[in-house]
Amino acid sequence: MIQQVENPILEVHDLTVSYDSKPVLWNVDLTIPEGALVGIMGPNGAGKSTLIKAIMGLLPLSSGYVKLFEQPLDTIRQRISYVPQKESVDWDFPTTVLDVVMMGRYGKLGLFKRPSKHDKEVALQCIEQVGMSDYIHRQISQLSGGQQQRAFLARALAQEADLYFMDEPFAGVDAATERAVISLLREMSTAGKTIIVVHHDLQSAQHYFDWVVLLNMHLVASGPTKDALTESLLEKTYGGKLTLLSEIGEQMRKTNLPKDIR
Amino acid sequence: MNDLLIIITASLVAASCGLLGVFLVLRKMAMVGDAISHAVLPGIVLAFLFSGSRDSISMVLGAGLLGVLTTLLIEFLHKKGRLQADASIGVTFTWLFALGVILISVFAGQVDLDQDCVLYGEIAYVPIDLWITDSGINMGPRVLYIAAINLLLVIIFIILGFKELKLTTFDPQFAGIVGISATTWNYLLMGMVSYTTVSSFEAVGAILVVALLVAPPATAYLLSKSLKNMLLLSLLFGLLTAILGYALAWQIEGSIAGAMATVAGVIFSFVFFVQWTKRIFAKSYSKKSLT
Amino acid sequence: MTDLLEFLSLRDANVRFVVLGTILLMSSASIVGTFTFLKKKSLLGDAIAHAVLPGVCLAFLLQGEKDPLWIMIGAFITGFISTIFIDLVVRKSKIKEDTAIALTLSTFFGFGILLLTYIQKSGNASQSGLDQFLFGKAAALVGSDLYNFATIAVILLVVVFLFYKELKLLAFDPDFARSIGLKVNLLELLLTSLSVMAVVTGIQAVGVVLMAAILITPAAAARYWTDRLPIMLVLAACFAAFSGLSGAYISYTLPRMPTGPWIVMVISLIAFFSFFFSPQKGIISRWWQIRKYRHAIALDNLLKTLYQLTEKEARTDKWFSFEEIIRKRFFTDKQLQHTLQKAKNKGFVQCKNEQVYLTAAGSEKGQRIVKLHRLFELYLTEIVKLAPDHVHDTADKIEHILTPELEARLEEKLNYPDKDPHDAKIPR
Repeated sequence: MIQQVENPILEVHDLTVSYDSKPVLWNVDLTIPEGALVGIMGPNGAGKSTLIKAIMGLLPLSSGYVKLFEQPLDTIRQRISYVPQKESVDWDFPTTVLDVVMMGRYGKLGLFKRPSKHDKEVALQCIEQVGMSDYIHRQISQLSGGQQQRAFLARALAQEADLYFMDEPFAGVDAATERAVISLLREMSTAGKTIIVVHHDLQSAQHYFDWVVLLNMHLVASGPTKDALTESLLEKTYGGKLTLLSEIGEQMRKTNLPKDIR
Repeated sequence: MNDLLIIITASLVAASCGLLGVFLVLRKMAMVGDAISHAVLPGIVLAFLFSGSRDSISMVLGAGLLGVLTTLLIEFLHKKGRLQADASIGVTFTWLFALGVILISVFAGQVDLDQDCVLYGEIAYVPIDLWITDSGINMGPRVLYIAAINLLLVIIFIILGFKELKLTTFDPQFAGIVGISATTWNYLLMGMVSYTTVSSFEAVGAILVVALLVAPPATAYLLSKSLKNMLLLSLLFGLLTAILGYALAWQIEGSIAGAMATVAGVIFSFVFFVQWTKRIFAKSYSKKSLT
Repeated sequence: MTDLLEFLSLRDANVRFVVLGTILLMSSASIVGTFTFLKKKSLLGDAIAHAVLPGVCLAFLLQGEKDPLWIMIGAFITGFISTIFIDLVVRKSKIKEDTAIALTLSTFFGFGILLLTYIQKSGNASQSGLDQFLFGKAAALVGSDLYNFATIAVILLVVVFLFYKELKLLAFDPDFARSIGLKVNLLELLLTSLSVMAVVTGIQAVGVVLMAAILITPAAAARYWTDRLPIMLVLAACFAAFSGLSGAYISYTLPRMPTGPWIVMVISLIAFFSFFFSPQKGIISRWWQIRKYRHAIALDNLLKTLYQLTEKEARTDKWFSFEEIIRKRFFTDKQLQHTLQKAKNKGFVQCKNEQVYLTAAGSEKGQRIVKLHRLFELYLTEIVKLAPDHVHDTADKIEHILTPELEARLEEKLNYPDKDPHDAKIPR
């Protein structure tokens, strides 16, 4: 069940991503409609984070290409935004919530320019949206897990992008934060933003998302939630790895296959 | 007057190191800074040999080149050679430092550098090492100018690149998304660190500069909640280190650079232990109030 | 030259001490270093090495003379304190390990320099030997010193031998070690003590500034020649002993030269040679393997192309011109010549007047490549559910690396199919 759409906001074409010559994602073909709230699901090691990182150009592609807004990545950087996994940064860094959110404005500023009053207003507004106004001058290590996630979300909002990538935003957050975040995401989606979320929990997925991507080293399904989140497709996604495929991948790593070989 | 000149020079050096060191500490690259400060030695010696004097520009070029080369070599051994990161740092800088010391011994007659100077500099000679122009005008201590220019450039670098440095240090992936290259800023920073170690070399030597690069920022790190805060505190601790270090060296007639490193360590330990005991007390207090 | 012979003959008692001493010191230090290297704690050794300097100076100050035993005790104490300090700072504050190490090594060393200059200024006549600890002086190893250092070196070796399997587990998998009931904390303490002892003995020859190289570099070099720990330990010890010997020789013939840097230079050159040229893991060797690999793949591709030509044209004569080959699959002239030559040598093709003929052996090999290509295409469309127009490029890579075992499993999984997704026959 892989449904392709007309005029996609995101097109992934025949994408293969390898670590150490070993493919972790094989030949993914994917299109995402504008304004969708998308969940990327799959077992551990399925390549979920790898997929969004590759889309954003954070990882080199072994083959294939990615188009966002029907354009290559570099021309539309200003229109995409990213919420990384919470563990990816050092929360001991001496910086405050307001500071972190202001970082969302840096991409628009350009070299050597300093943030303006307007930038600060936007940042404060975004902090309010995630309900963190009481904490703007708090050092980030003093925040709870849920608050840290909200700060990251506010930073993404401050980017004023059209397409958002979020890597497990619900991991290690309290129930209140999860509810607040999902309602915010719905609001954004209604306002025409496209949001792509790496997600773990199957139970909540069918309520949260209107489009689901199922992944396990290769693309198993991509389509509207009701069509993609079916018993048989989930069985295919979570019912064990394609052992033969991963062994062939392992063989590629062993032989240290150069990328350009054909 | 001479004491004042030495203190000013020491303060300038400590200030440049303290400011740049903040980013090394936050990037978890303190040991890379250590490696660079050792590895610039052969560059300094070669620059000496080629220019035949302590000509600052060729020294900065030679050693700056070596500094960036060190970073590249560490990365090359790690990525292409698949050597684990800690070992590639260790192998690289010990090798280059050994090369530098050997060069000094081999060209002992031609290079006005000795092993002691390499280890702890000769800041005590600052007042008598004068810059005299071709027309014979005495411009004052040469090393003072070097240190002042260094500090000026470090400050300009940090002010201009403040938000880029901040973002690539805190979250390099996010920086990549918004189009700020973490690699570029990494090399710029390493270039500045090399330049600063070379500029500070004559004053404090190759190893003790590490104390100035790491100790004041580490102390500031324990106390600050924003980056600006940390930079200012680090600057302050750097100045304190310079002044108290000079006083200590004067007291016991030892190396000024050695005394500065000692003081830097003592200041850090003081702040560290105060915080630690405060936490212990806070814990036992909260336990008591519970019962 | 006569110097070298004289030196190697070990006739001079002093030379004998120096040679035996440095070999023992270097090899025992490098064996301890191998474990810290494998634990990825190499730079801790650097901190310890710098931190023994204040101990050396304090011992001298308190004792008033250069008594090796006291100096070793002093060095051991401050070296050990430095590791405790690093550990404490990392555990009890938000300071990260690299900062803690750099901080400790530079400030301890600075304190040592302060004391050293103080001793020098105070004009104590017998202090002259102290600055040898900075860059080392192997030739200064004489008589009674040697017995002390040699004793420690032997203790190190015996302890490593006794605790070999515990240390191995500690370096390899501390969690597992803990799970089977080993006292991991005590073992860590043991390894730290061993490192400090190794440093304390080694500084006589190499000096505190570059001592870290003896802990790190021989182990790093040895790692490139073997995957087995016992061999790695022996190699590291040999590399270190050889560089120590060279250093001792230089120290003997050129007394003005600092020994430590020369020892480090020799061991570094051994290490760089290993990084580049060791078979299998060396950078050049791996580069060479890839090159060989590319040639093998070009041969595969040539045979595949020829096989496809015979298959398609169903021609009985089976002689093909260069143009026909290149039209089917692009080769540069040079590539084609080179690959044809190789194929000819292996008996896969015959060449005559710019015409190529695929022999039975060549046909068999070409057929296998084609088969693997089509099998894998079918696997991608049938099992991985990819679109048929997206499978060719991937199959073009995979066809070169599938082992007969993987091939058999592919066939079984696909139930021995006849046709690929593009309806071409899968040859058998």
